[in-house]
Amino acid sequence: MSITVSLIVNGKAVTQTCLENTTLVELIREKLQLTGTHVGCDTSQCGACTVHMNGRAVKACTVLAVQAEGAEVVTIEGIGVADNLHPMQSAFKECHGLQCGFCTPGMIMAAIDLVNQKAELDDQSIRKGLEGNICRCTGYHNIVEAVGRAAARMRE
Amino acid sequence: MVQQSIGERVLRKEDLRFITGKGSYTDDINLPGQAYACFVRSPVAHAIIKGMDISTATAADGVIAVLTGEQVAEDGLGSLPCGWMVHSKDGSEMKQPFHPVMAADKINYVGEPVAIVVAETFLAAKNASELVEIDYEEIDAVVDISSAQSAADIYPEVPGNTVYNWELGEKADTEKAIREAAHVTRISLTNNRLIPNAIEPRAAIADYNTGTQDLTLYTTSQNPGLARLILTAFVQIAPEHKLRIIAPDVGGGFGSKIFVYSEETALAWASKKLGIPIKWTAERSESFVADAHGRDHVTEVELAMDEEGHFLGLHVKTIANMGAYLSTFSAAVPTYLYGTLLAGQYKTPNIYVEVDAVVTNTAPVDAYRGAGRPEAAYLLERIVEVAAREMNLDPVEIRRRNFIAPSDFPYQTPVALEYDSGDYEASLNKALEMADYDGFSERKKEAASRGKKRGIGFSCYIEACGLAPSQLAGSLGAGVGLWESGEVRVNATGTVTVLTGSQSTGQGHETTFAQLVASKFGISIDDVEVIHGDTGKLDFGMGTYGSRSLVVGGSALSKAADKVIAKGKKIAAHMLDSDVEDIDFEDGEFRVRKSNQSKTFQEIAFAAYVPHDYPLEELEPGLSEKAFYDPANFTYPAGTHICEVEIDPDTGVVDIIKFTAVDDFGIIINPMIVEGQVHGGIAQGIGQALLEQCIYDETGQLLTGSYMDYCMPRADDLPSFEVGMTCTPCTHNPIGAKGCGEAGAIGSPPAVINAITDALGIMEMDMPATSERVWRAMQQAGGA
Repeated sequence: MSITVSLIVNGKAVTQTCLENTTLVELIREKLQLTGTHVGCDTSQCGACTVHMNGRAVKACTVLAVQAEGAEVVTIEGIGVADNLHPMQSAFKECHGLQCGFCTPGMIMAAIDLVNQKAELDDQSIRKGLEGNICRCTGYHNIVEAVGRAAARMRE
Repeated sequence: MVQQSIGERVLRKEDLRFITGKGSYTDDINLPGQAYACFVRSPVAHAIIKGMDISTATAADGVIAVLTGEQVAEDGLGSLPCGWMVHSKDGSEMKQPFHPVMAADKINYVGEPVAIVVAETFLAAKNASELVEIDYEEIDAVVDISSAQSAADIYPEVPGNTVYNWELGEKADTEKAIREAAHVTRISLTNNRLIPNAIEPRAAIADYNTGTQDLTLYTTSQNPGLARLILTAFVQIAPEHKLRIIAPDVGGGFGSKIFVYSEETALAWASKKLGIPIKWTAERSESFVADAHGRDHVTEVELAMDEEGHFLGLHVKTIANMGAYLSTFSAAVPTYLYGTLLAGQYKTPNIYVEVDAVVTNTAPVDAYRGAGRPEAAYLLERIVEVAAREMNLDPVEIRRRNFIAPSDFPYQTPVALEYDSGDYEASLNKALEMADYDGFSERKKEAASRGKKRGIGFSCYIEACGLAPSQLAGSLGAGVGLWESGEVRVNATGTVTVLTGSQSTGQGHETTFAQLVASKFGISIDDVEVIHGDTGKLDFGMGTYGSRSLVVGGSALSKAADKVIAKGKKIAAHMLDSDVEDIDFEDGEFRVRKSNQSKTFQEIAFAAYVPHDYPLEELEPGLSEKAFYDPANFTYPAGTHICEVEIDPDTGVVDIIKFTAVDDFGIIINPMIVEGQVHGGIAQGIGQALLEQCIYDETGQLLTGSYMDYCMPRADDLPSFEVGMTCTPCTHNPIGAKGCGEAGAIGSPPAVINAITDALGIMEMDMPATSERVWRAMQQAGGA
């Protein structure tokens, strides 16, 4: 059965018709063609699909599109652009916090939420806060450094 | 101008698209009118297909076609080949079962594809895939590696389920050394089976144009050129000049995206049959069952020593699991990438290794980050550590006593390789200092006061990179050459387009290669664009694996850049009215020696394309040069890894307090990228040592088939790493580089296990050292 979903994605109001079992990530990738959000697993474990919904990080593979009715959704494409990057994006680049780049959008979205939620962050709490996002390339070393650097800038 | 010199920590050119969501991975691509595919996979490990009914599935909503393994056979598609022919001791060729693109009459592992459902949407394809009815007559599965050779044969053409009995080294001399030695250390160990798990699942889009009869395959590949050769020459899916393979951004590979698999091949075949573009993206559950796995050895080792702990002989007997079929590189992994590394960093005079490769009813096993070298380093660095304990020697001292000295190079090992350069003491000394080995006993006491067991473990590994001198590889059974191609195309305005047959899956080729070429020409890396991953744009190239990209692919680019400079000198000589012998090229300028006359790189480029003042009678216009580089030898990165752990006696939880890695990768182009490669490799090595284990039950069902069941290293499982470098340049390639992609995964596992066994005062511990295993070991040792 088809349903209609209206929501705000990256500041823009969108209305889409989709099947009732369509997930938010399918809506984002296939209907809205925002392919920066990725799918890396089918058990809500890898976090590659992480986006913000009403200001909090969610795994978009685990949210039905219909649950996002009326919500404000922000994806990797909505946080910064080439000449005006989000501090988290810049820090990932500066610290070499990415290699293949596939987990990176989800990692950045999760990390922004982590910084917003936690007043104090040290290496251990960054590691704990990112345990829902799997990276196979970097060994996390530089990601932890990037998040720490971005956190300081986001609080300036 | 952007920093550009070799050795600078240049930020990556490719990052902007990845951090802004503008990367283009295979699943991000959609072609007009594309259909979607879902594979029907066997739920059983070993069975005869008695019958198949596709009528309900074919009639389902949205279904375009259901194509089966039987149709693949009818169309005469070849076996997915193993590219390396290994010979047994008796000289006979390895036994290679036919590897169908999709199974037609017999199933050999869980997840083996038997049919492909093509539909208008993925959902329709997936739903219909459940409507394909298959009658399986099950056969007992062969799963256990140790008993595979005495189990019933899976294939009549592979008697004893044994693909080959391979050997290397001098058997009689080694056995004599062991018989006569003052002391012999013996261990048995398992190298645990791993699932690679690049975070981007494999995906492909096959697009057959019925008008031009061109077949384009977008796919997640580490080596599109090699894939094209295999699909055309062996599987015969299309003529080579009509098949274009595009690997766009690829989200990690670690070996698993080297191979030519069933799915991409079936997709190409189906697109040609149906005349429409077809897309397939693996779900993670499919990746677990259908990507080639890694490692999976059981091994017995003996190390003979004299009274002072000098190594006299090493005897290794391994059974290697190949899985159900011989995947693309598989036969080479437990042989030429394994047995040849068993000298390690040591002057062991007698080495003998024999390897039985067996087939089982499990997914194929092939190269995974390190591919053979981690297995070699693991057994060697484990037995050296155990030997030190048995001989009451410091684990550092026993290694020093046996090191190949800097003055010994070039050093011929008893297992076929000739090491060109190295300084193992230098890496060891630097690592000891960084790890503060001298302070360890104090730290151990302090930990004990808190009730924790602290241990330290070493690993002095070596590996061989830069696959490979083609003639040597050919003499050892390789079915292909292992050179690399490169093209340096200087544009009329002096910017440069670099084309390489190497393929990035995250290693940062677009930056490292730009840095290499920019520094050759004295221009900004912003003026260099690196193109890879498209057989329609590039010369035939061999791709990325075995840490070969820079040492082989970069060397090809270095040669091509030298040709550009040589031609540029001729142009400059003409323009400056000088002899070519008197032209120097430095810092982006062609200068007449001992004069103030010069032309910039850009001026020469312009003159080459607007040849108004140009020696046309002796020189063609244009400034674009190609090179193919065939390496003269492997390269030999080596180093010392030191791991320090604390174990909680109540829970068995292992906490890595500090991990130090000092590696010699020769000349380094970009230390930031190299350190990143080391970090990632160590993480995978620690994953193998502490967390990861692929488990099949006795019926061949995969028990670890999701991220809920297979323990991937997460941020809170790992420490930060202390990384240092030493440098002895490679002596035989123009860059002096040795390769850095796999060292972390090769060096780290034995360091971790040696640290754990040190902490517990025990000799044996299998990987992964889970808290349960560690806890049980403590109970057994009575040490809780």
